[in-house]
Amino acid sequence: MEITEKVVGNRSAWSLLFAAWVLVTVATLGSLFFSEVMGVPVCVLCWYQRIAMYPLVLVLSIGLLPYDPRVLRYAAALAIAGWLTALFHVLVVAGIVPEKAQPCVQGIPCSETHISLLGFLNIPTLSLLTFTAIGVLLFYAHKLESS
Amino acid sequence: MSKKTIFISVAGILLLAFFMATVIYKNHTSTLQGASAGRDQGVFERQGAPVKGPADARVTIVEFFDPACGTCADFYPLVKQLMDRYPGKVRVMMRYAPLHSGSDEVVKTLEAAHLQGKFFQALEMLFNNQRRWVVNHVSQPDRALGILKGMAMDHEKLAADMSQPEVNRAVEEDVQALRTLNIKATPEFFVNGRPLPSFGFEQLERLVAQAVDETY
Repeated sequence: MEITEKVVGNRSAWSLLFAAWVLVTVATLGSLFFSEVMGVPVCVLCWYQRIAMYPLVLVLSIGLLPYDPRVLRYAAALAIAGWLTALFHVLVVAGIVPEKAQPCVQGIPCSETHISLLGFLNIPTLSLLTFTAIGVLLFYAHKLESS
Repeated sequence: MSKKTIFISVAGILLLAFFMATVIYKNHTSTLQGASAGRDQGVFERQGAPVKGPADARVTIVEFFDPACGTCADFYPLVKQLMDRYPGKVRVMMRYAPLHSGSDEVVKTLEAAHLQGKFFQALEMLFNNQRRWVVNHVSQPDRALGILKGMAMDHEKLAADMSQPEVNRAVEEDVQALRTLNIKATPEFFVNGRPLPSFGFEQLERLVAQAVDETY
């Protein structure tokens, strides 16, 4: 009985991780589409978020095949770093963090947004939502694992 | 279905979607480019923009530039050479593309200098001293102004003109054209309304030679 529960728990934890992997892969390909295909300039803060997002594609893949629950720890570190940067970026765009506090010196202002879906979803918001969703998925996978 | 199969097929689907989106986007933009090539000159040229070369020249190079852009400074003497190659046949219109942060103030200074007929002199001064007023790719309008102090012109009028509505309007119109023409990098050239097939001086030379052949 306990073993079956463990197996079921594992399977749903795998599915949650898999969902997180799909999310980060879509986000990675999407951001590459914006910058490489559409030619949208990439600001410094975007690069910091990319640094957290891109490795998740590989890290999660390795943890999924074969399933290794320890990947949750490794992925969480990247997800938290990305989430904090995305939050900062959203605050910069919203004008809550003053212009001077932002580290943008490459000629591409981070406070400027280029794409807006449905009228309010710009890239930093999209990034924050994605990192939040990854965090939630990782958290539930961890809960299933530890129960 | 095993986990491996699910994983690999989803990865395949996502990659395929990416490449399909790329192809669709490229096709879509090339249609747009084609449409922009067929546009009337109105989008490319602005009445009153700084022009070098005879007014009756049949070939017009429109250059969108940022005074803080290093490549623009490198191209400036090359474009001059190109004009000298076809005396009387080619003119250059300069339009503002303040893409660097801080550049919007600097182009207003240039437009104010233009009101005194000193645009090209001021531009050369700024291009030649770019290192002194562009720091880490950010324009320092105060320093730019300081460099222009070395020029003989009415500096009081210059400072006053910078906030003139007509100066603002000229810059705004150019920025609007940047959006319409989807310009994201400088310098960007249009020869009689035709864009460069790809960026480079040779491409510009070829486009100008072609335009001269067609019109003379």
